[in-house]
Amino acid sequence: MQAIINRAKELLADGTVARVLGWKAGDLPYNPEPAYFETEESLKDFVYNGFCGANLSKYMIEASKLEGKTMVCLKPCDTYSFNQLIKEHRVDREKAYIIGVGCKGKLDIEKIRKMGIKGIESISGAELTEDADTLTIQTLYGEKTCAYADAMLERCHVCKGKEHKIYDELIGESKDTKDADRFEEVKRIEAMSPEEKFAFFQSELSKCIRCNACRNVCPACSCRKCVFDSNKFDSSQKANADSFEEKMFHIIRAFHVAGRCTDCGECSRVCPQGIPLHLFNRKFIKDIDELYGEYQAGEDTTSKAPLTSYTFEDAEPSIVGKRG
Amino acid sequence: MSIEEKEEFRPKIVAFCCNWCSYAGADLAGSSRLSYPADVKIIRVPCSCRVNPMFILRAFEKGADGVILCGCHPGDCHYSTGNFYARRRMTLLFSMLDYIGVENGRTRVEWVSAAEGVKFSQTMNEFVEKVRSLGKNVRLEDLRCRQ
Repeated sequence: MQAIINRAKELLADGTVARVLGWKAGDLPYNPEPAYFETEESLKDFVYNGFCGANLSKYMIEASKLEGKTMVCLKPCDTYSFNQLIKEHRVDREKAYIIGVGCKGKLDIEKIRKMGIKGIESISGAELTEDADTLTIQTLYGEKTCAYADAMLERCHVCKGKEHKIYDELIGESKDTKDADRFEEVKRIEAMSPEEKFAFFQSELSKCIRCNACRNVCPACSCRKCVFDSNKFDSSQKANADSFEEKMFHIIRAFHVAGRCTDCGECSRVCPQGIPLHLFNRKFIKDIDELYGEYQAGEDTTSKAPLTSYTFEDAEPSIVGKRG
Repeated sequence: MSIEEKEEFRPKIVAFCCNWCSYAGADLAGSSRLSYPADVKIIRVPCSCRVNPMFILRAFEKGADGVILCGCHPGDCHYSTGNFYARRRMTLLFSMLDYIGVENGRTRVEWVSAAEGVKFSQTMNEFVEKVRSLGKNVRLEDLRCRQ
């Protein structure tokens, strides 16, 4: 963390960048929030720890419109989103000075809470200073510990790799934390009967309060005018009235990012209701991989996206029934 | 003696037909006096590619029991490539509908050219029969639309 701050101070001092986009401490020990830093003094509030899950790529859309360069801290998986945004001409590469920051998996406070650890006052072991395998959590009810890997976000268990796809410089070590199959859960659902599938999604999606957080955080969801804000959309600007609207919203949300979603997992991370939204995105990714060839959005800035290209021999839609 | 009232399930089918091939195919079926069920409501679209996934969901929302999309044969699109994009989109959408538990017999894509009136009527007959066998669609319907 200190290395990033020092480098940021240098870059601000020599005028290479006009501002720094990073994280500052939130109200609680586990919710750092994205922030701009424009002066060297303000950098004292800069934090980078295991809870800095937020993908800063999307903020670069706005930052690209500002005067001067912005130094942005991107984790390996955030660089996929940044690449994808370059491809879509939503960010300006010239306006960004990308510091590839090290990442050893990010933490999920909900997972810690699920372990029964409540009344959290402070957490140590999340600072990424050394290779800490355990988190020590001070709570109102005494000190508790848990393994770092057990508290990791779901997306970090299916890590895309420790390599930064785009950067100007790298600070810090990264680690590939993949220890699960990305499509395991999708396959489990696919094997269910239509009734079971429907019941599963009904129970998950009925939790949706239509806060639009999944849309707002998504780096792929960056249209200036969103269909969900249109008053012609049935459930715009209001809670879902029935189970149909819940499903419609989530299918359309996932469809709009199909072929562009890098599977950064931000949608599931920010969902206040804990809906596993990544299951929709991954279903599309899995289908695209199986039908149109392996494709990882954001891996480069030149390849053609699967939904804006085609081949004469593409599978017919009837394949859906045949695959079983 | 009273007349027994027999309530048979008549599915509501929405068919999106492209202006250049399938709609003309439907016309040909009509002028050739080939019959297909009146349960099929045709909506003409400029190209199969004009069909937004939302149209299909919307049709289900408003109470359709099945939705079929007809377009030019791949390679014959009036706009050269529209149906290729439509094909990928619909494949993904149908797969997603299947994934959330809507039987995939309720959705279909069929390529019908302007000369295939017979194919059009056959397809519609088959599709209506299939949806009838699946019964009423209660999975994806806005309950407020049901009076």
